[in-house]
Amino acid sequence: MTRPMLQVNALKKHFRVGKKDVLQAVNDVTFSVDTGETLGLVGESGCGKSTVGRTIMGLYERTSGEVVYNGQRVHELSAKDQTIFHRSLQMIFQDPYASLNPRSTVREIIAEPMIIHKMTMTKAERLERVIQLLEEVGLNRDHANRYPHEFSGGQRQRIGIARALALNPDFIIADEPISALDVSVQAQVVNLLQQLQQEKQLTFLFIAHDLSMVKHISDRIGVMYLGHLVELTESRHLYEQPRHPYTQALLSAIPIPDPDIEKERERIILQGDLPSPINPPSGCVFRTRCPAAMDICSVQKPIFREVEPGHHVACHLYE
Amino acid sequence: MNILEVNHLHVSFSTYGGTVEAVRGINLQLEKGETLAIVGESGCGKSVTANAIMRLIPQPPGRITDGSILFKGQNLVDQSERTMRHIRGRDISMIFQDPMTALNPTLTIGTQLMEGLKQHKAVSKEEARQKALDMLRLVGIPNPKERLTQYPHQFSGGMRQRVVIAMALICEPEILIADEPTTALDVTIQAQIIELFERIQRETGVAIILITHDLGVVAKVADRIAVMYAGQIIEKGTKRDIFYHAEHPYTLGLLKSVPRLDIKEARLTPIDGTPPDLFSPPKGCSFAPRCPYAMEVCHEVPPIQTELEQNHHVYCWLQDKRGKALMAQTATKK
Repeated sequence: MTRPMLQVNALKKHFRVGKKDVLQAVNDVTFSVDTGETLGLVGESGCGKSTVGRTIMGLYERTSGEVVYNGQRVHELSAKDQTIFHRSLQMIFQDPYASLNPRSTVREIIAEPMIIHKMTMTKAERLERVIQLLEEVGLNRDHANRYPHEFSGGQRQRIGIARALALNPDFIIADEPISALDVSVQAQVVNLLQQLQQEKQLTFLFIAHDLSMVKHISDRIGVMYLGHLVELTESRHLYEQPRHPYTQALLSAIPIPDPDIEKERERIILQGDLPSPINPPSGCVFRTRCPAAMDICSVQKPIFREVEPGHHVACHLYE
Repeated sequence: MNILEVNHLHVSFSTYGGTVEAVRGINLQLEKGETLAIVGESGCGKSVTANAIMRLIPQPPGRITDGSILFKGQNLVDQSERTMRHIRGRDISMIFQDPMTALNPTLTIGTQLMEGLKQHKAVSKEEARQKALDMLRLVGIPNPKERLTQYPHQFSGGMRQRVVIAMALICEPEILIADEPTTALDVTIQAQIIELFERIQRETGVAIILITHDLGVVAKVADRIAVMYAGQIIEKGTKRDIFYHAEHPYTLGLLKSVPRLDIKEARLTPIDGTPPDLFSPPKGCSFAPRCPYAMEVCHEVPPIQTELEQNHHVYCWLQDKRGKALMAQTATKK
């Protein structure tokens, strides 16, 4: 069996809020990403999906648990190996308006990672590389000396992608890369990401709330709720055979752009709102909204386990 | 019967960069008790249209430069601010995208709910309170009595949007304009709100103008749809016309570019390019620069309304015989 490229084991990230409260953003999340695959991470706002991505990147320090990249524990790496790790793992951000420095030219933005990582290159070589990257993402050499405000949202996101590719990474974490874009432009960017993945054999962790888009791009999908990973399986299987009551409700809540199908669909309407991650429910965190909650759910936390090959669920219904 | 008719509406904004025509000659009809969805991408003018109907365009820099908005025969464009204040909330209500900023954080929910009622109707304090309680019950807020004395920060996002809907409906308006009412909400909360809209319409018979970019939501709730692009309506018809018999290349492109949960496509089909800059809109059809079927006439002459079937209209030279004649004319001119 091949070794997964990235392994996240029982990852926990808690934030201190105020004097004594603790916000449990990510709790015991375990998953792995194989070389060349796209793993989608979905969930509603506040479920901790972005925190997972940022903690893997090292933008947040983990509370406990471990991140293993290519067989090595990331937090045990020497300073030199840390640099190599950061070169190999890059991130694309949600907001193409906020993630590019408005006072830098596109050329400076894309060249910056190469300068930081001391890729030994002359100025001319660096410019050549910037132009090559611009062309790879569907822009051209004329764009190199312009500023971010001269571009549309979709073009800016292409610049963000070019910057992420500058160091020839193997693994890309894309945190809501298209949710700020218009519908007709979203498809352009998604197609570009898929094309680059094929050309460069990239591995993706694709974080988004739009389950239809995540299903389109991902090989496997993990569903998060209130800091917990509640279900993880192959993406088509997740749609056809969702096991966790939350996944079932989430899927049924997404409207399909086809009136005839929409008329026939049964909706599971969840009651109530998301509880606070500062004071999450005891036992299973979903039990307060779960239509199938039992007595045990408030007492014992369900274990995230494999219920059939390749299909993990954390729910007492399947124990 | 149409309770609202928008004819040839033009709205412009003066900016430092010049004048932008955000809405460029649109025609719309709204029937009693129906849901009309206005669909389009950001910057297409759908929100400006809604604000123009409510006469909420900030002036300056904005201005309704041409056209009429007929509400039960009365032209809203000509009304004084004083008259409009009576119409807003009582006859036509509006709810906005962001439920976080639509409520005053320093006043209780009860005060804000009753404010509109006291403004528009002669009611006693007790009647107003009773009505406010009924509205909170209608929109599905548990413990309404207790909730009435609470402040907005004590409500979640979904609950705040319910309060906003209750506020909009308390005077029993005939038209409710909802500008992206579920965009800021999570999808499970969106499902709750959509269900609420459908129930309210059944129970009160209010006509709804729903402004959104989400085709899934439209497929669920709309009766008729108008598709906007670059400040113009490019196609309108019933829900079935638009989803199953769309003829405008932009509508078709939009439908094809969204992934569907129930179908596995290997690749999405995007629309190439980006919407035009409205400082200098294209001379002919505004979609022509991105249109895979654009002909010579499309770049030269703006398309006119073509009726495909009853109530299904499209603005596209591909569907209009007159396009050919015009093309010949422009060719000889050259």
